[in-house]
Amino acid sequence: MTLRRSMLFVPGSSAAMLSTAFIFKPDSVMFDLEDAVSLREKDAARLLVYRTLKMPLYDGIERVVRINPLSSPFGHDDLQAAVRGGADVIRLPKTNTADEVHELEAAVAEVERDCGREVGSTRLMAAIESASGVVNATSIATASPRIVGIALAGFDYVMDMQTTRGDGTELFYARCAVLHAARAAEIDAFDVVFPDLNDEEGFMKEVELIKRLGFNGKSLINPRQIELLHNAYAPTQEDVDYARRVVAAAEQAEADGLGVISLNGKMVDAPVVENAKRVLNRAAASGLRK
Amino acid sequence: MDSQHQSNAGTERAAELAPFGGRNANIPYPCGPEANPDRKIVDSVEEAVRRVGLKDGMTVSFHHAFREGDKTINMVVGVLARMGFKDLTLAASSLLSANAPLIEHIKNGVIRRIYTSGMRGKLGDAISNGLMDTPVTFHSHGGRPALIERGELQIDVAFLGVSACDPFGNANGVSGRSWCGALGYAMVDAQFARNVVMLTEEVVPYPNAPASIRQDQVDWIVQVDEVGDPAKISVGAARATTNPRELLIARLSAEVMEHAGYFEDGFSMQTGTGGSATATTRFLEDRMRSKGIAAAWALGGQTGSMVDLHKKGLIGTLLDTQSFDAVAARSLAESPRHSEISAHVYANPLAKGAVVDRLDMVILSALEIDLDFNVNVLTGSDGVVRGAIGGHADTAARAKLAIVVAPLLRTRIPTVVEKVTTRVTPGETIGVLVTDHGIAVNPRRPDVADRLKAAGLPVVPIEDLHRRAIAISGQPQPLRFLDRVVGHVRYRDGTLIDTVRQVAP
Repeated sequence: MTLRRSMLFVPGSSAAMLSTAFIFKPDSVMFDLEDAVSLREKDAARLLVYRTLKMPLYDGIERVVRINPLSSPFGHDDLQAAVRGGADVIRLPKTNTADEVHELEAAVAEVERDCGREVGSTRLMAAIESASGVVNATSIATASPRIVGIALAGFDYVMDMQTTRGDGTELFYARCAVLHAARAAEIDAFDVVFPDLNDEEGFMKEVELIKRLGFNGKSLINPRQIELLHNAYAPTQEDVDYARRVVAAAEQAEADGLGVISLNGKMVDAPVVENAKRVLNRAAASGLRK
Repeated sequence: MDSQHQSNAGTERAAELAPFGGRNANIPYPCGPEANPDRKIVDSVEEAVRRVGLKDGMTVSFHHAFREGDKTINMVVGVLARMGFKDLTLAASSLLSANAPLIEHIKNGVIRRIYTSGMRGKLGDAISNGLMDTPVTFHSHGGRPALIERGELQIDVAFLGVSACDPFGNANGVSGRSWCGALGYAMVDAQFARNVVMLTEEVVPYPNAPASIRQDQVDWIVQVDEVGDPAKISVGAARATTNPRELLIARLSAEVMEHAGYFEDGFSMQTGTGGSATATTRFLEDRMRSKGIAAAWALGGQTGSMVDLHKKGLIGTLLDTQSFDAVAARSLAESPRHSEISAHVYANPLAKGAVVDRLDMVILSALEIDLDFNVNVLTGSDGVVRGAIGGHADTAARAKLAIVVAPLLRTRIPTVVEKVTTRVTPGETIGVLVTDHGIAVNPRRPDVADRLKAAGLPVVPIEDLHRRAIAISGQPQPLRFLDRVVGHVRYRDGTLIDTVRQVAP
């Protein structure tokens, strides 16, 4: 089971953070060449990220590179560095249409061929940051077999919607739309960054919400949030105990040749059994909640 | 015959004894109506210096409870310089960046030798660049009273700054306006020095109790404008760190403490004062609660975070040589189970019983730690003196388990090195190293390694951590030193464990 609960943003211009972020063990790390890097540092950051990708320290962590838009003066150079460096995933910012994904896909394939990397081995992720992106979410999510996930980015989106970040109401439609697009395309969905580092309670409230909605995880800007997030996503001992009983009941029913599964005198539907198996898989992958 | 003989012997003996000559005939200070209750109080430091008979070449001592806020050392040495003294030995329990003015007095020959736990800033820089002809003696907090007891370090005059004392010299660190809290270092000097001059901001009514420094130890009292600024004792030590790396290390160290084999009801610990150490204390709280245990006592420089656990009933007694923040000082004043101890009682290896002898676990820092677990807390990555031995070697030597916590790299300087620049604490006394990249257990402690591995902690050979550090930073250029020795590092038993050499220009 591949977990994508946490995607930690690391500015590509920060050598200090690039050389240490792996110690926090996020599921994915996103080396940012775009918004977190000032114009004068674009080249330096690209080189730093390329060198970082070549180091073995991020083994076991999915390495994502957020490139500048291909229409910018930096996008194609970023792509060269990321694909040649061995990035697992290229994250495309400000994706508005499926065509942008197609353009990226073609450009990635070209770099793969040039550098001898297996064509198709670089995965893609699209960030949706505008009203049109949200409206086109389904076509973006299904635009390429390389796409492993789509992520909602809150700051640009609320700006585009002529509102501001608040209690989450302003993101409600976008979250649902992005999530449905992802599920229809059978890919993963990432929720927005939670900006207030010192509001642990607010962060946990938001995590509860997006977990309940069904997001795979969240983009993060501070390593302190990783453990909190992972723990919130981990099943509890009670979850696991119940799941074990459900799975045992299902196995018993099958052994007995019964079509109907029952637990404590109540009928158990097939989706409940599926969910129980998912809980057990997740517990095996992430451990139990502390 | 016997009774006759005894009677004669008694007569002979009586003839030898001085006859009674009035109540003031045979004591140094008159009593009765002519006694002066303020006889110890003199007008100036100069006057006190004259009265104690300080001479060139003698040894003067100081405590460092005010740390970077200390105003006493620089002021007194300035007075001694103006009075024309030369060739003095300065024995401060430690020196900090604030003591940079001493450089001039060393240059001018006022100070010829130094005993200290450490030094920082411009003074450390100057010493490392060959300022003194005689190497500085660096000792631990427990090693200092041992050097005194063995007679190598004989303090002629101790100048002890306190916020308040009474007219007879009874002093503590929790009266007056500039509280420093525990006076654990000053207590050693008061106990052993030939003369004690008390510098106080206020003279309070007699008796000032409890007395950390007692009237029977004090010769002279001088009232001065200020002895120290408590706000600078430890800038930021009591803060709750938000640094994710410090938090990661803290969580790992709390897990090591939990699983190493000593986390039982009634255990004892010392956790230190840095960001990670303070956070470790916080993580320990959860673990103590979930296991339903409490610590019997905690030792060391005390901080607000330890006081917090003490108030919550999770630490029975706090033993305190030095209070690192106002919360700790306040607790020392108010809690009957927050006790002040001298550095002699804390850690002297020659004491009939030092508290470190009974310590279960200690968390220690490191500037460098090498593949044999030797630790350097004295010299920086440039070879310059910028730290202090403190209680490092003392607690490591006696605790059942010494845990060193440090980031694997500081910016791009590796902490785990092949060989430490300066060996302060021998590797044989270190049990575990906790870094942000994993945990290494000293091969001398297979029992601890087994327990930590069984608990699922990321235990790796220290060589792996070193390789990883080098992979990230590259192999650093070796430091360049001259042959000249500028510092002797004395182990707590007085032996020479290493030398500090002059850095190459």
